[in-house]
Amino acid sequence: MGDHNQPFLPVSGDPECVPIQGDDVVDDSLHRPQQGSTKSKLLLAVFSGIFVVCLILAGGYDKSGVVKVAQLGGVDELGVGPIEMPAGSTIVRPAVSRGKSAGVSEKANLSPEQLLGGGEVSGDGLTEDFPWNNSMLSWQRTAFHFQPEKNWMNDPNGPLFYKGWYHFFYQYNPNAAVWGDIVWGHAVSRDMIHWLHLPLAMVADQWYDVQGVWTGSATILPDGKVMMLYTGSTNESVQVQNLAYPANHDDPLLLDWVKHPGNPVLVPPPGIHHKDFRDPTTAWKTSEGKWRITIGSKVNKTGIALIYDTDDFINFELKDGFLHGVPGTGMWECVDFYPVAVAGGNGLDTSVNGAGVRHVVKASLDDDRHDYYAIGTYDEEAGKWYPDNPTIDVGIGIRYDYGIFYASKTFFDQSKQRRVLWGWIGEWDSEAADVRKGWASLQGMPRTVVLDTKTGSNLLQWPVVESESLRLRSKEFKNVVAKPGAVVPIKLEAATQLDIVAEFELDKEAVERVAESDEEFKCSSSKGAAHRGALGPFGLLVLSEETLSEQTPVYFYVVKGKNATLRTYFCADQSRSSLANDVNKQIYGSYVPVLTGEKFAVRMLVDHSIIESFAQGGRSVITSRVYPTKAIYGAARLFLFNNGTEAGVTASLKVWQMNSAFIRPFPNL
Amino acid sequence: MIRSTIFCILTLYPISCIQATPSIPNILGNNLIDQTCKKTPYYDLCIQTLVSCPESFHTDLEGLAKITVGAIAQKASAALRRIETILTKKEHSKPAVREALNACASRYRAVVEQDVPETLMSLRTGNYKFASRGTNDAATEAMSCEEDFAAGESPLSDLNVAVHDVSVVAAAIVQAVIES
Repeated sequence: MGDHNQPFLPVSGDPECVPIQGDDVVDDSLHRPQQGSTKSKLLLAVFSGIFVVCLILAGGYDKSGVVKVAQLGGVDELGVGPIEMPAGSTIVRPAVSRGKSAGVSEKANLSPEQLLGGGEVSGDGLTEDFPWNNSMLSWQRTAFHFQPEKNWMNDPNGPLFYKGWYHFFYQYNPNAAVWGDIVWGHAVSRDMIHWLHLPLAMVADQWYDVQGVWTGSATILPDGKVMMLYTGSTNESVQVQNLAYPANHDDPLLLDWVKHPGNPVLVPPPGIHHKDFRDPTTAWKTSEGKWRITIGSKVNKTGIALIYDTDDFINFELKDGFLHGVPGTGMWECVDFYPVAVAGGNGLDTSVNGAGVRHVVKASLDDDRHDYYAIGTYDEEAGKWYPDNPTIDVGIGIRYDYGIFYASKTFFDQSKQRRVLWGWIGEWDSEAADVRKGWASLQGMPRTVVLDTKTGSNLLQWPVVESESLRLRSKEFKNVVAKPGAVVPIKLEAATQLDIVAEFELDKEAVERVAESDEEFKCSSSKGAAHRGALGPFGLLVLSEETLSEQTPVYFYVVKGKNATLRTYFCADQSRSSLANDVNKQIYGSYVPVLTGEKFAVRMLVDHSIIESFAQGGRSVITSRVYPTKAIYGAARLFLFNNGTEAGVTASLKVWQMNSAFIRPFPNL
Repeated sequence: MIRSTIFCILTLYPISCIQATPSIPNILGNNLIDQTCKKTPYYDLCIQTLVSCPESFHTDLEGLAKITVGAIAQKASAALRRIETILTKKEHSKPAVREALNACASRYRAVVEQDVPETLMSLRTGNYKFASRGTNDAATEAMSCEEDFAAGESPLSDLNVAVHDVSVVAAAIVQAVIES
């Protein structure tokens, strides 16, 4: 892939561009940060900048596209409403030359008293006082979430259970802590918790995947053989589908993979742009005995799922029409399609169809970087799927997760008869910090997925039961009362690796007494935990510091509306999660149904810089990435809080310390 | 008079785009540039950045995105040059300022060495969300650099604002590419 160490330099003394070929040239000389002194780094960066500008100007361009104004309506709750802005899109100008009294940015400026102690100078001239220091950064690595030893990761790929091992593949950059140079990483586990790293499964060594070995899915045939379909970005930036299979089906570790000599097996069909064709799914059987897959794409602004049938995973037939499409949703990435049992309980093999079964269609929307799903009916003969409720169709309705969670993919675990969901958890800090700490991204804790039999209109997600094997000592806190405005410490030996199960009840008499409100509440446009209502917010302050200078509230907010009906919202508030000025400070969440007789219930996995919060048994989930500067190591605390104005809250919680999963390379390979 | 003329030329025609001496084009005559800049929060800056590069008149939306990414790289490099200059004059800055400058250098190196290449690769291969990530991050790095200084002490304010604003413009154009 070229020489990583010698970026092109312009002809000396001449500011004109050095002409190069157009877009087609694979150029990775820009990806590698250089070692060396600060001064030479600066000079190199300057030349890199000039070179990059020349590269852009001298490069060729794609065919022109018509520019259309996009309006994407959507929901952030189980209902209709405007969509939440993607993180980072709120425009806040740098706070320039203002005194502290007038209009200074809300983000706290660090004073010497607020900084951690220390004074040694690190290699790049920064003292240990200055975020980000090594202590803060190394704390961020998780103890029991999947992540490679270093560098960048994104989409989960081809998960499967094979000969006694859970296999996990993933988009990986072996060279840097940002996206690029993408290949397939690989790891195995007996229990989806204790992972062992294996060598890379596939690298970008063919013309049809030289610009990226992108996302794909596994299909296990009835005879046990594995077919892996994946997207390659070719030397001319065309997105194609390729077939790969294990070199040795007797190897339980599936170490080596063979790319089919006749690749690619699919190229973009007529009418589909060559950059809108990626992420093939697991195949399922049709009643004709063929295998069927779907691939996401778009036509103008309508996101669609194309259908292909095949007998051999080599020759494919494009079916007329699409499995489904939703106008205005844009490109559908990482489409997923699978059955769920109406009666709940076990998961179902991807090929299952018939009575007592609904089908889920899921898409990752490129437009807003969120994962959406909808439940509906699959008409196998017509090759079509219809949502049960078109107002919450794919891309305009329910999300798997109201925090950071993308490119998710399920697989059927035949050993335990469950459907398991993987999701890519990116970073909410700056790329400069990612470069300093040397890694970026996590995978979510794998979750089982079943239909919510009580509502019938959404899924329930819950950490796989093996997560409980990480539980160590526990402490119970029964009937802890938090009056309006109260913050109650939950005394623990440590507070950075936790499994929390909590239930809350509002004072009944207060609920009856308070007036009806016509408040239209949204987590994202509220003031977070500081947004006081009569019946909320109440919940937990996670990864908090003793004086609450840093705190991450995860909470319920209840509105008593017309006819005394209660509407509950479940939110996570990043706004005071860290004193640092370069991390996400938004508020996330959604409406969550709380049925008669249910208490407000939450389970939270706290694992250093990730918090996963599951409300009402997994009816609404929020994944958060948090980067405190002070609430780390022994200084992290947990609090119960109630910032409502009228009703007291009674909470009962059980908190386990969580063990490390000791994720490491597979021994003796 | 001469000084302001030179200032005008350097502002409107940054070094990277100097070919011959172009005449100021009829902006209203080019629909794509006008329509695209209307989707960004800093219309005037967007126009200025694109118009100063003759290639913008013969390219598509993706090409316009790349031109603004080039402007990010250029301004970030300028920030790195100024940081270098100040740091070599050891006697002129307080320790807190030097520390912030070092932090800013890390940030701007990340912009030039990580954000910009990531964004270009993303645009080239059509996996556009990473271009969104890269351009938004460049804005974050610039803003955070400014906030690393106590009030009134930043020697980089103009460049921080410049990188931030052009990054926001680039991010908006990238979003237009995604939605097109």
